[in-house]
Amino acid sequence: MPKDEAGVLSEIKRNYILRKLKEGQRGDGRTLTAFREISITTNYIPRSAGSAYVKLGRTKVVAGIKVESGEPFPDTPNQGVLTTNVELLPMAFPTFEAGPPNEGSIEIARVVDRGIRESKMIDLESLVIEPGKKVWIIFADIDVIDFDGNLIDACTLAVVSALRSAIVPGSKEGSKDFQLPVRSLPISVTMVKIGDEIVADPDLEEEQLSTARVTVTTTEDGHIRAMQKGDTGFFTLDEIRKAIKISSNTGKQIREKYFQ
Amino acid sequence: MGTASDIKLIDENGLRIDGRSPTELRPLKIETDVLDRADGSAYIEWGGNKILVAVYGPREAYPKHTQDIDKAVIKARYNMSAFSVDERKRPGPDRRSVEISKVISEALQAAVMVEQFPRAQIDVFIEVLQADAGTRIAGLTASSVALASAGIPMRDLVVGCAAGKVDGKIVLDLGKEEDNFGQADLPMGILARSGKIVLMQMDGDLTEDEFNQATELIMDATRRIYEIQREALAGKYRAMAIERGGE
Repeated sequence: MPKDEAGVLSEIKRNYILRKLKEGQRGDGRTLTAFREISITTNYIPRSAGSAYVKLGRTKVVAGIKVESGEPFPDTPNQGVLTTNVELLPMAFPTFEAGPPNEGSIEIARVVDRGIRESKMIDLESLVIEPGKKVWIIFADIDVIDFDGNLIDACTLAVVSALRSAIVPGSKEGSKDFQLPVRSLPISVTMVKIGDEIVADPDLEEEQLSTARVTVTTTEDGHIRAMQKGDTGFFTLDEIRKAIKISSNTGKQIREKYFQ
Repeated sequence: MGTASDIKLIDENGLRIDGRSPTELRPLKIETDVLDRADGSAYIEWGGNKILVAVYGPREAYPKHTQDIDKAVIKARYNMSAFSVDERKRPGPDRRSVEISKVISEALQAAVMVEQFPRAQIDVFIEVLQADAGTRIAGLTASSVALASAGIPMRDLVVGCAAGKVDGKIVLDLGKEEDNFGQADLPMGILARSGKIVLMQMDGDLTEDEFNQATELIMDATRRIYEIQREALAGKYRAMAIERGGE
């Protein structure tokens, strides 16, 4: 989505990036699989139950968690609820518009949500207050405030960090406040295809040059928990296999470097 | 994926809950030209799925800001009927169908020769009349037949197919119980002749090795589904030839 809204990349930049890629390098000097610098500040919004301010290069997002009691879904009466929402704020990019979520932000939110849900990061069964009647509902809301590519990974990092810092207000329901129970550490790695090259953590210029996108979310055990191919181009099966390898290696590095 | 359950999905003989082997597809049937008004249409029955697809266009893209000066834009709309599932589904797009519409549009865009129709849009309306797991890949499979039957130039047909993990085993084409209680689902859209991947989503828990097993099953099934698509289209032209007194 941001790709279409972003307009056209200048010829000179385009040629520069393509020439560098042929030499195995990125426009900004990174290797093909390297991420930009990541910075994570947790408890950024003390009024929320948990929060994180994440910078991924020049992309900046804020995730805030709110926890409220409410009714469970009828098909999962003995589980808490997790909902994820992404707001592409107009301040983040010239062509982002205020209003209800568009298909782009819905896709980002759903890919982030699937990565966390399928990784079983949150023990939803421990979030029951009264079986079948009352459970904890975890709202994960993400504000995109500055956009320079790869929102899926920035948003996943932010929600994961915010959830790890979140406190459930048990005292409001007659027990004690407690740390949100977290069982795994999902990391998403998004890659795009430019020409025949696969590059990880694309910035906006690289997204504009790319033909296809793939996100692979893994857990500590190296298992694949969620994947999503996006955009109108294609991948070969070999390219997908390569993307899975890149994701599990890079996921491991990110866990070691930023989550000790 | 779905919640854990005590239901045994694969029996001691390695057969699945509906009696299929791990590499077996559910019964699959495609018909073309089932609607009169649309420029092209198709109907697919795949297991218990019953899905209609109508194609309109190429026609001028509207609203104007959606026009692409270089190519046509494919606008697929995946929609589930209110009566397609056990509990009534509230009509209109929800977040799930918005996402599915997006990935199906992108997959079809890779197959259609969109560069022949600058500033145009091609609408693909996918209506799930009855849902039984795998609606997005069934809808995608039928969409590419409907586009071809509308006479829209295409590089290739798109085949939709899924594999998944059930009771720890990799199996082809998940049924409803397998989808609800299985451990992974991997729907894919493949360009039939080149094997290029134009749609892929996955949720659940797969190792790299299991992913490779799953894609092997999908690639193999792609050929079988492609034959059914071709036969549906060939049947249409055979019928036209007979009508005109030739054979």
